[in-house]
Amino acid sequence: MNAAIEAEGLIKTYPGDVRALNGVSFSVPAGTIFGLLGPNGAGKSTTVKILTTLAAADSGTARVAGLDVVREPVAVRRAIGVVGQKNAVDGAATGRENLLLQGRLYGLSGRDLRAHVDDLLERFTLADAADRFVRGYSGGMQRRLDVALGLVARPQVLFLDEPTTGLDPEVRVAMWGEISTLARDEGLTILLTTHYLEEADQLASQLAIFDRGEIVAEGSPEQLKAELRGDAINVELDSEGGSSAVEAALARVDGVREVVLEGRMLRARADQGARAVPAVLAALETEGVSVAAVTVARASLDDVYLRHTGRTFAAADAGHNGNGDGHVDGGSPASDAPEPETTKTGGR
Amino acid sequence: MPAVIQHSWFMTQRHLRALLRQPAWIVVTLVQPVMWLLLFGALFKSIVNLPGFGSDNYADFLTPGIVVMTALFSAGWAGMGILQDYERGILDRFLVTPSSRVSLLAGPLVQQSIVTVVQSLIIIGLGLAVAGASFPGGVPGALVTIVAAILLGMAIGALSNALALVVRKEETVIAVVTSLTLPLSFLSGTFMNLALAPAWISDVAKFNPLQWAVVASREALTSNDVDWGVVTSRLGLLALLLVACFAVATRAFRAYQRAA
Repeated sequence: MNAAIEAEGLIKTYPGDVRALNGVSFSVPAGTIFGLLGPNGAGKSTTVKILTTLAAADSGTARVAGLDVVREPVAVRRAIGVVGQKNAVDGAATGRENLLLQGRLYGLSGRDLRAHVDDLLERFTLADAADRFVRGYSGGMQRRLDVALGLVARPQVLFLDEPTTGLDPEVRVAMWGEISTLARDEGLTILLTTHYLEEADQLASQLAIFDRGEIVAEGSPEQLKAELRGDAINVELDSEGGSSAVEAALARVDGVREVVLEGRMLRARADQGARAVPAVLAALETEGVSVAAVTVARASLDDVYLRHTGRTFAAADAGHNGNGDGHVDGGSPASDAPEPETTKTGGR
Repeated sequence: MPAVIQHSWFMTQRHLRALLRQPAWIVVTLVQPVMWLLLFGALFKSIVNLPGFGSDNYADFLTPGIVVMTALFSAGWAGMGILQDYERGILDRFLVTPSSRVSLLAGPLVQQSIVTVVQSLIIIGLGLAVAGASFPGGVPGALVTIVAAILLGMAIGALSNALALVVRKEETVIAVVTSLTLPLSFLSGTFMNLALAPAWISDVAKFNPLQWAVVASREALTSNDVDWGVVTSRLGLLALLLVACFAVATRAFRAYQRAA
């Protein structure tokens, strides 16, 4: 299959010596949804800016739809649609006017453009609101219009930068439906950035996990999860102040590995989670640590992230202190851990 | 049609439409010039009696100055428009389309010029009908006044855009614009014959673009025997200024794109 996007050794440093990207390479087969997953500031948006000709990398190369983003930026722009993080819609114009102007900038005009705009309005259920001012639209409607704007030029490659950040949960699920339909029915290649693990899991056929400007893991969500043998055991301690001795004690339990202590949360993996729980609790009791709750869950992308970066996704997202993505988007980090599937013990 | 003209016109339309949908705003932009023309003009009516003032009706003297000053004041705020597009992500959305880059700067400036034409006509009309001015320069004089207002407005508008693209903060743009426009007005012959002003003010005014526009428009509109050399030289200076300011704005825009 042809690669719709090829990035090779992208490096980008912002003024003040902030390394936003530290050698990022990946390849996206045409017609697939590829997810860039990572906390705020990990370098996802910088990657999108480079691929969409908004920013230039310090070094490395990138091709989109077979075109070099530095040497053929105008041709790249003709081949792509971009939906940014903000609802980049003109509130003083109507939905239809927003779409018409966007189309005209690509050289579309006349009846063809008008019919295409009508189609898009219909498809994103904005037909009724088409001639109302966008400033009166709900957040979900503005987001749908924003996605429609990205599709006006019938792009080969669509970039969706945090498409559901700030949306209500129901609206988010509806947006996911629309995105998968786009890839399935139109053969679009979609590059999606997200800091919602669940979103990446739902939509992307391939994922690259970003951390501090680097890709730390890549593969399909299933592959990534399968690499983690066994289950996750999460132990909530009664109080903070667990020491490395606690970690070590747990690591000595048969079949338990990858022990990480973060505040009151003690996380570990075990081949057979439910079977390991009694031994885990016994080991903790020996150490004199009291336990508030224990959960055992199948591997989630959160665990994948923890394994490759040594910290949980939520902690990385919360601890983001402006390492170069050039945005702060106030969206709350979501750990999206799946419901525990095996046991839940309120042991003490 | 070349893309740059076509796309500029799309952008002009976009901004014009937004303005026409807020008719109240058009009235607001006229409040200030009307104050200057009717209230300030009435208050200082007798100033023409100063020996050597060289005009016998203050409304004649004041009206062309108010026209070009109004263009300057509105143009100062041009940067706020591009800043809002930047903050909402609209600027980046346009930048990832194959749109002409220049059109993103030129479009709003053309819209602003259209507004300037309307404002200028209204102020000249008020000067004639309400303030009791008479303009021997007639239609050609009015045309020169409007051209001077447009050139000055576009130049200052381009600078305001450049500033906005560099600082990318509304507060800074507001601070710079408010602290520059009024001094520029007082360091010109808008309100007063500079022959009667302190020498340092008339020296500084020689380098003040507002003064170039004031001189050209006042000469063309109110003189009984127009010195076209004076008019064309000042209009020429304003045209050069516009070219320079637009070049600065394009550079600022490129720097903005590089800094992304």
